[in-house]
Amino acid sequence: MKLSWPARIALAGSTVLTLVFLYIPLAVVLRLSFNPAKSVAWPGFNGYTLDWWRKAWESDGPKDALINSVKVAFVAMLIALILGTLAAMAMARFQFFGKNAVSFLMVLPIALPGIVTGIALQNTFSRTFDLGLFSFRVGFGFHSLVIAHATFCVVVAYNNVIARLRRSSPNLLEASADLGAHGSQTFRYVTFPLMRSALLAGGILAFALSFDEIVVTTFTAGSGFLTLPQWILANFSRPQNVPLVNVMATFVMVVSIPLAYLAQRLSDSGSDN
Amino acid sequence: MSSTNTPAIQLVGLRKVFGSGDHEVVAVDSVDLSIAEGEFFSLLGPSGSGKTTVLRLVAGFESPTAGAVLLSGRDVTQRPPYDRDVNTVFQDYALFPHMSVVQNVEYGLKVKGVSRSERRQRAMTALENVRLGAFSRRKPSQLSGGQRQRVALARALVNRPKVLLLDEPLGALDLKLREEMQVELKAIQRDVGITFVFVTHDQGEALSMSNRVAVFNHGRIEQVGTPREIYDHPQTAFVAGFVGTSNLLSAALSGQLLGIATPHSIRPERLRLVESTGDASAAGEISVAATVSDLQYLGADSRVRVVLEDGSHLLASVPSDRLVGVAIGGSVRLAWSQHAAVAVVDSDQLQGENK
Repeated sequence: MKLSWPARIALAGSTVLTLVFLYIPLAVVLRLSFNPAKSVAWPGFNGYTLDWWRKAWESDGPKDALINSVKVAFVAMLIALILGTLAAMAMARFQFFGKNAVSFLMVLPIALPGIVTGIALQNTFSRTFDLGLFSFRVGFGFHSLVIAHATFCVVVAYNNVIARLRRSSPNLLEASADLGAHGSQTFRYVTFPLMRSALLAGGILAFALSFDEIVVTTFTAGSGFLTLPQWILANFSRPQNVPLVNVMATFVMVVSIPLAYLAQRLSDSGSDN
Repeated sequence: MSSTNTPAIQLVGLRKVFGSGDHEVVAVDSVDLSIAEGEFFSLLGPSGSGKTTVLRLVAGFESPTAGAVLLSGRDVTQRPPYDRDVNTVFQDYALFPHMSVVQNVEYGLKVKGVSRSERRQRAMTALENVRLGAFSRRKPSQLSGGQRQRVALARALVNRPKVLLLDEPLGALDLKLREEMQVELKAIQRDVGITFVFVTHDQGEALSMSNRVAVFNHGRIEQVGTPREIYDHPQTAFVAGFVGTSNLLSAALSGQLLGIATPHSIRPERLRLVESTGDASAAGEISVAATVSDLQYLGADSRVRVVLEDGSHLLASVPSDRLVGVAIGGSVRLAWSQHAAVAVVDSDQLQGENK
């Protein structure tokens, strides 16, 4: 389609504006993490310093929170990948009564407001279940966070894997067997390579989802366990810690961008045939 | 071709039922079949007639509810697909999307432990045989439909199987490519000399390519024979109607016209238009008066639809230059040789228990 010059300029202009609108705030945080003044008044930039980065590195609070977040996100991601992949393989392979309902129930947790999930999980974890012979209570801490995060991370892993399986010809596994491959060879040369990039993309997304989760986390972390988003939220209101918050935010941003890029590339690839 | 008389494929009382209880579907029912070594054999039938299920039973993707599959005399009924000396060309080709063309072709050799250099060399030879040597490093997604088809063929043939199974391999191609591939497939089969079992719903394809054809309907074989036998001597009303066009005469009409009260089939091109006034009956000729209800001009031939006095319809295919003076609504006289009418079994009676 041929566009007139004014139309082209208008489209280009609005695209640039959107990008500016999206990325200016990120640029500001990045710049502030190197800014000597603690003031957040605009423009307020007065030189460059690595003091805040050194301080963040030396203090335990943000570092511990970061490590906690990585640990929770990693374990939740692993659980999500295993359960999500198995569910996707079952759903892609078998026909059964109520399949649509099960498929909907699988993806519902991601659409549910975090506050609802949070309250529901908080209620469940704090309750003591009496099973007659023994009773137990889930309680709060690292494990409750992992369970809580896994509930919505499973959805991402499931969605990625099932999309890949649906796009692949169901005959591929038969073709492999037909050409003489045993079950283990088929898994090694066909099934796993086909799912590999979907698993990686789903894993990265699940990790990212868990890493910055705050709503469900607030309800299910308990008092002794602090993730990075919780630390940032708690310290944002303390003026002396705002520069450290900027440093942590910048750090997370710099780490996430290549991962986000990779996840997007992987989701797009492997869709041929 | 081997000198032994052992058939490449034997199917004995093969039966396959899907589902259970009220949802039970009999896909294949008491199929007995023998396919000789080096034959180009077609399984022909409408969709849902069981031909693809038979192919999958031979490949080992399904296991039969009853009966046996023998390859070169060996019972392989309980063997998995990777333990059968057959290879399949799938309808959607089923090329591995994450492998290059040459990796696809050498896959069968790789899983069987053939050394890297030998399998690469054999794969390249196989690709050159289907004129795709220059495309070896591409991904399947970078090929056209016809090229993917040839890769699938090379991937199967490189393993030198005793039998090649082809599941409607030309179904996804456009008409021109389809016709080219029909010639090419036939040539490849002559060159390699292995047994081809070809599943198709296209009767023209089956007739033009095969040594023999089995016509399937409702999970059963209605007739097995050479293309000429199938076309000239259909044994059932279904075969007569499915392979080519046919005039099916009911038992009553046959009794009236032919003097034999069993159903018959007559090909439209065997009916001739004769002078309606003249004395028709030469020796062995049968004729009947009719009214023309429709005319279709198709170039060299024309189709003439007529109504007989008792209201039954017939279709005649006649050379267009014989149509002088014939018009819709006009009276004509149709004649045919006694041999042109072939007695057929009413397929509905044959299949009565399935209905």
